[in-house]
Amino acid sequence: MTGSTAPARPDERGRFGRYGGRYAPEVLIPALEELEAAWRELRDDASFRRELDELARDFVGRPTPITHARRLSEELGYDVWLKREDLAHTGAHKINNALGQVLLARRLGKERIIAETGAGQHGVATATASALLGLPCVVYMGEEDTRRQAPNVARMRLLGAEVVPVTAGTRTLKEAVNEALRDWAASVATTHYVIGSVVGPHPFPMLVRDLQRVIGDEARAQYRERTGADPEVVAACVGGGSNAIGMFTAFVGAEGVRLIGVEAGGRGTRLGEHCASLTLGEPGVLHGALSYLLQDPDGQVVETHSISAGLDYPGVGPEHAFLKDAGLASYVSASDADALAGFRLLARTEGILPALEPAHVIGWLAHRPLPDGTRVLVCLSGRGDKDLDTVLRAEGGGA
Amino acid sequence: MGLLEERLRAVRDGGAKAFVPYVTGGAPGVDAALLRALAEAGADAIEVGIPHSDPIMDGGVIQDASRLALEAGTRTDDVLATVAAAGLEVPVAAMTYANPVLRRGVDRFVADLAAAGVAGLIVPDLPPEESEELRGAAAERGIDVVLLAAPGAAPERYRAIAREARGFVYCVATYGVTGARDRLAETARAVVEGLRGLTDLPLLVGVGISTPEQAASACAFADGVIVGSALVAPLVGGDRAGALALAEAFRAAIA
Repeated sequence: MTGSTAPARPDERGRFGRYGGRYAPEVLIPALEELEAAWRELRDDASFRRELDELARDFVGRPTPITHARRLSEELGYDVWLKREDLAHTGAHKINNALGQVLLARRLGKERIIAETGAGQHGVATATASALLGLPCVVYMGEEDTRRQAPNVARMRLLGAEVVPVTAGTRTLKEAVNEALRDWAASVATTHYVIGSVVGPHPFPMLVRDLQRVIGDEARAQYRERTGADPEVVAACVGGGSNAIGMFTAFVGAEGVRLIGVEAGGRGTRLGEHCASLTLGEPGVLHGALSYLLQDPDGQVVETHSISAGLDYPGVGPEHAFLKDAGLASYVSASDADALAGFRLLARTEGILPALEPAHVIGWLAHRPLPDGTRVLVCLSGRGDKDLDTVLRAEGGGA
Repeated sequence: MGLLEERLRAVRDGGAKAFVPYVTGGAPGVDAALLRALAEAGADAIEVGIPHSDPIMDGGVIQDASRLALEAGTRTDDVLATVAAAGLEVPVAAMTYANPVLRRGVDRFVADLAAAGVAGLIVPDLPPEESEELRGAAAERGIDVVLLAAPGAAPERYRAIAREARGFVYCVATYGVTGARDRLAETARAVVEGLRGLTDLPLLVGVGISTPEQAASACAFADGVIVGSALVAPLVGGDRAGALALAEAFRAAIA
């Protein structure tokens, strides 16, 4: 059963257990209420679903396939299948959310789209959806990230988006979200903010989850069709956590299925060296929701590090915090070095260059943390072309 | 009713307008002597920011001030110590964001505010639906939790804010974050008028009050103004005398 009914989470106050909520400035509350009401109505609306499903099929290329990773399986001693979100248009799962939200914005009569982006994949996806649906788009991106991910800046501009480098603070994803929230506070009457992950004030974690759950709904059905059973382990990388929630939702509570999220362990376990909010953080509020957070004793949010810009975020979606505390999913971390090793391993064995984000999952598997023969389904959330420079530089220019 | 509300009601009931300057604790030039000088310049209450790493309701000036304060090593307790050391006769309202409050724990946070002599608390990312626990704990310590009211809200939302707010209602003048604007937004009047019949709390306008003239315009319909970025900008730029002269000009404009 893949089921299409919405999970009972969050509750009416936007809570996943104790997590989530709406820690938002007063000026945004009416828009958040409007968005919540619209989504609760539209997510089951036949004409909206039809429009979104047609675009998913004809424009994004859904369903994305699952691939039996035979040579990787042989090398690791597991039976590994990959859910190929890297084959979705624009090269990552981000398009599922961006397209749904821009379509929703048009239904709401909004005239302008804004987004934040870290690695640039969400920015490219939102610029793409805005181009397709004919809405102007502004993308906030930390100045540091505009340098790390210059090709994606060029892509967004070609797609007609305005890219605004953010020079505040750490000049990375966290600051880009702050700046997008500030823009939205000023422009909320005419503008929709397409948040890129399962983070933010209610209803965003629910909305983005609902739009990404297609990953797991497809994958579970495909896997059962091909193998006749469910996988024993479902694994995905977790930064904000949208591909992981998208993958996990179809499996939460399924008997015999373990859900494992892999966070970015960076270069060490001290604050500032990693982005492992679930494994090393403590509850706190960032960007409108209560979740696990990397923070100091005064509640200041600390700087983070990951080789992968898409995981370089000190918070995490509140539903992951709930799944962790409830024992419904478990979370581990993989280092920068693991990610690089995973990148090379998948390229060599399967002919796939993964994005550095899901390369963390492959790198974690390469440590053989599971019993021999385990049946594993991995969400390959994006492709690695964007990361070639980073990979080559990290390896001293030799590949 | 705490000291903050008592004082601002007295100003309003005496037919005067309230002038509430904001400064970011730990930012360049912000110390106990500055707080005393602001009181001498005619402040009816002073809003002191406890700097946060992610000030999403603040524009560039206060973002910079917050960053400079944190880079200089400012801790929450340092700001409270500054307030205590100032020994002010006028009430102080602390302003910060949700996470510094929750991280310390709501009870301990308000106890520490009370111990430092702080009379009010403003947390812009704790709207009424998320601030119930804080309001309860603060009330026990005699601390007024100020709520914000913004443009575009439905009348029932204004009613809830009017019912739960203490001290004063912070009427957000315009869509957007703190920082200078060329003119007083039209929305400021609508927010104040939307609340006027719902509460007899003082209604103060803040966000974008950049000049004494704008403050005077706002006081044609509001009970006072909060002035932040306009004062913080010269302070961070090293012009303490200029900031204090500007505070006096604001005071004079709404006397």
